[in-house]
Amino acid sequence: MKTYTYTEKKDTRSGFGAGLAELGRTNPNVVALCADLIGSLKMNTFIDENPDRFFQVGIAEANMMGIAAGLTIGGKIPFTGTFANFSTGRVYDQIRQSIAYSGKNVKICASHAGITLGEDGATHQILEDIGLMKMLPGMVVINPCDYNQTKAATLAIAEYDGPVYLRFGRPAVPVFMPENEPFKIGKAIHLQEGTDVTIVATGHLVWEALEAAKSLSSEGISAEVVNIHTIKPLDEEAILKSVAKTGCIVTAEEHNFLGGLGESISRVLALHNPSPQEFVATDDTFGESGTPSQLMEKYGLNSAAIIDKVKLVMSRK
Amino acid sequence: MASTQQLNDLTTQVRRDILRMVHKVNSGHPGGSLGCAEFFVALYSDIMQRHEGFDMDGQGEDLFFLSNGHISPVYYSVLARTGYFEVNELNTFRLINSRLQGHPTTHEGLPGIRIASGSLGQGMSVAIGAAQAKKLNNDAHLIYSLHGDGELQEGQNWEAIMYASAKKIDNLIATIDLNGQQIDGSTDTVLPMGSLKEKFQSFGWTVIEISNGNDIDAIKMGMAEAKNETGKGKPVGVLLKTVMGHGVDFMMHTHAWHGKAPNDEQLAKGLKQNPETLGDY
Repeated sequence: MKTYTYTEKKDTRSGFGAGLAELGRTNPNVVALCADLIGSLKMNTFIDENPDRFFQVGIAEANMMGIAAGLTIGGKIPFTGTFANFSTGRVYDQIRQSIAYSGKNVKICASHAGITLGEDGATHQILEDIGLMKMLPGMVVINPCDYNQTKAATLAIAEYDGPVYLRFGRPAVPVFMPENEPFKIGKAIHLQEGTDVTIVATGHLVWEALEAAKSLSSEGISAEVVNIHTIKPLDEEAILKSVAKTGCIVTAEEHNFLGGLGESISRVLALHNPSPQEFVATDDTFGESGTPSQLMEKYGLNSAAIIDKVKLVMSRK
Repeated sequence: MASTQQLNDLTTQVRRDILRMVHKVNSGHPGGSLGCAEFFVALYSDIMQRHEGFDMDGQGEDLFFLSNGHISPVYYSVLARTGYFEVNELNTFRLINSRLQGHPTTHEGLPGIRIASGSLGQGMSVAIGAAQAKKLNNDAHLIYSLHGDGELQEGQNWEAIMYASAKKIDNLIATIDLNGQQIDGSTDTVLPMGSLKEKFQSFGWTVIEISNGNDIDAIKMGMAEAKNETGKGKPVGVLLKTVMGHGVDFMMHTHAWHGKAPNDEQLAKGLKQNPETLGDY
């Protein structure tokens, strides 16, 4: 099994920008919309190269979602860009009626997700978006873990016909996934084999899970690490196969434990193989201002928190 | 091209359909539906350039979006009677397992519907997106949309109205059903909106007024004028003054029939005022 390391850190939103730029060159039906956050979403290259296929909507996210829905009628594949908070809660009814219920092929691309948006604080952070979006019938929910995976996911969702929520972040984080690894929607990636505990992580927590596994290994604990980039549809088979082997699981995500990846996995286990599970997630709280690493530590979202939960869940076996 | 008499006959039949549909399930929205009967008939039978049959993308034809989805009875009746699906299917309105949901949806695959609507204020944005897709596709056909006047109290409309002029969406004709009524009373008592004409104009729109929105010829003339204003760098708004409940005397000039079905006696009275022309479903 491959050992994952990194030589550089990059933000996942830049992976989105690179993927969108590539789509601009390869898929003439791809169009992009933004609500006054071009720089934050790294959309500049697409815009420079395809000015006719870009729509600056201004600070009007509800209108943006409706326009995106309308653009699909005529064969366009719209990618909307704004912060995760303004991509979901602010426009939930617009997404629900005009995109999800109407079955429109819109890609809702959401940057600055989770708590690692940092200093702007809780008004701009969101820890509820996965729950909001996974509850919409027919909505695919994807939360990639690094630059390379975000770029690959951006390319993959253009090929998928239907509404997608793509969630990524602001801070520079380790780039550890192989470049040009194809992205399969709904297919978990086994990053590390193990026998004592399964750690399933999504988004920024995947690197933290690998760090935790490395540290646990020095204590003689063999952790299996699974990257769930697609929260819906969930790769149930991969989870069940791993837990059948390890007998317990820790789920890790930058999201409220209510409504997140962990709860989706709890359901799978409850139905098929009830097993001890612990959650690395925020505890039904809003965030606050701080640096990303300070916030990850304070809200229990780093490798140290994963290690603690691994020991706890193993004691429950 | 259909004669005014033919269009009036169709309108009368559509009124019967509306009354019978909402009566059968004792629910639905007859008032706004009746008020817009002439508009829908003129639009689908005369004004729009449409293909036979239905495909979602609608390239090479004019498209229509209904934003105030609660007037689904008139929409369904006119879609059926202009060939999108069998007229008999109107029998299934609001029943379980029907494609004719309480509010229009694409979810059940009903031909003619391109977007779900009902939660108000969203249709203008969708229509603009479809208009921009037409421009990208070099498709010279037009986008038509209909919105309630009370619906303009939803803020998303004004985001869309601002955007449409800024982006020179001049292949869009958005019509406002100016019936002056909403659920809780007249628009002037619920939330007075001032001059919609001045509001649209100040947002950079060309505005056409149709003072008798229940007269086929007046609608045709006004919409021709609106069409003539397309392609000139500005979105076109049509203020269509209608009477809610038009054609059924006891339903007119009141918000009482916004979302209420007639009983047996009231149905009989309404149907008597609108004698069968093209055959009931």
